[in-house]
Amino acid sequence: MTSGIKRITTPLADDVTGSLKAGEKVLLSGFVYTARDAAHKRFAETLEAGGELPFDIRGQVIYYCGPAPAPPGKVIGSCGPTTSSRMDVYAPRLISLGLKGMIGKGKRSEGVRGALKEHKAVYLGATGGAGALLARTVVAADVIAYEDLGPEAVIRLEVKDMPLFVINDTHDGDLYQDGMERYKK
Amino acid sequence: MREIHVDEIVSVVERLFIDANIELSDNMYGAIRDAIEKENSPVGKEVLRELLKNADTAREEHMPICQDTGLAVTFLEMGQDVHILGGDLTEAVSEGVRRAYRNGYLRKSCCHPFSRKNTGDNTPPIIHTKIVPGDRMRITVLPKGGGSENYGEVRMLMPAEGKEGVKAFVLEMVRKGGPNPCPPITVGVGIGGNFETSALLSKEALMVPVGARHDDEELAAMEREMLNEINETGIGPQGYGGTVTALDVHIKMAPCHLASLPVAVNIQCHAHRIREALL
Repeated sequence: MTSGIKRITTPLADDVTGSLKAGEKVLLSGFVYTARDAAHKRFAETLEAGGELPFDIRGQVIYYCGPAPAPPGKVIGSCGPTTSSRMDVYAPRLISLGLKGMIGKGKRSEGVRGALKEHKAVYLGATGGAGALLARTVVAADVIAYEDLGPEAVIRLEVKDMPLFVINDTHDGDLYQDGMERYKK
Repeated sequence: MREIHVDEIVSVVERLFIDANIELSDNMYGAIRDAIEKENSPVGKEVLRELLKNADTAREEHMPICQDTGLAVTFLEMGQDVHILGGDLTEAVSEGVRRAYRNGYLRKSCCHPFSRKNTGDNTPPIIHTKIVPGDRMRITVLPKGGGSENYGEVRMLMPAEGKEGVKAFVLEMVRKGGPNPCPPITVGVGIGGNFETSALLSKEALMVPVGARHDDEELAAMEREMLNEINETGIGPQGYGGTVTALDVHIKMAPCHLASLPVAVNIQCHAHRIREALL
């Protein structure tokens, strides 16, 4: 399954997100921004106070990830996805501001799935617990905000061919739902 | 009476946590490899192949298998004829954890429940101590991630619910977790004792190797039945659909009160990290 896999590059345009189908594997390259629980809380507080997010979110992809520290000589430590549902309360607002993709693991709320369809954004799955493999796809890592949050800081990662599965596409496709239906007895 | 110095405990705990987080055990590696054959879904097979490649990468790059290197769960089996020299045993385990998470570049995931402020060194560890006969000391570490731990529960069943009630509860928890606890999972089921004993039994059940069966035939049959039912849910590797949702189910059981049937379910992700040493 390594040849003929679709390659996509950030920032993501609507024609790219619209072409993705739940269940297909993609290799993503470009910049993605890590943010998890604490960073999302700050995003929300910043927006509430009328401030600006630490990066221009339009067309971008957020990776729900709190990496392990980088060992000497490495760009980053192990960096797999965390459970996305904890960010469900924050995601629709960010999607409405132009966020085009989220990378994580686990089911999303109806509110998030609705926002994906409305704004042509996608939810992509990185394999949970495959943190060492995913770290190999990271070319560069720069903390761009909230350094005080340690593993929860916002890090801009430059990735090359990050292996992902499309979980929720812009057409109501849902890999979790479809996959389970197909194999349940 | 045998003497063990705290310095030895510090260095053993450090080594165990680093090794557990970086090198997937042969038992788990073999279980995932075998699961590729058993899995019917092409996407599921692809995910399982990624997991093996991940384990190889972690070993080669000397990097944790998963970035969630867990809370530092530590089991101490203390021979009653062991005498600890040179300091405080709990502090020795803490210091071992501190060094492992610093020197092994493991993520510190321990924080204040409300402020969420990180303790900074992954302490305090969670230590379970059992006094046993003899003059040896067994240290087992089980760094446990949050994603799978969040799908555990203790429930006080009605005694009349019996075996079927236990099985239904386990299946309910697996379905509730779905993709979130990173399947293929292993499931620890603690039955009996009281409220807190059942929870501890469920964690101890996770320490049984994948493929081993309970020596009580009735419980062994229950383990097999639950494993089959879980694998018929269709959840599959990473929840993307498939026939391997769990690698195994293990039960630990103890007598309980006349009025009670406590049951605890503790779910473990595929990155099941465990190491032990006998001093």
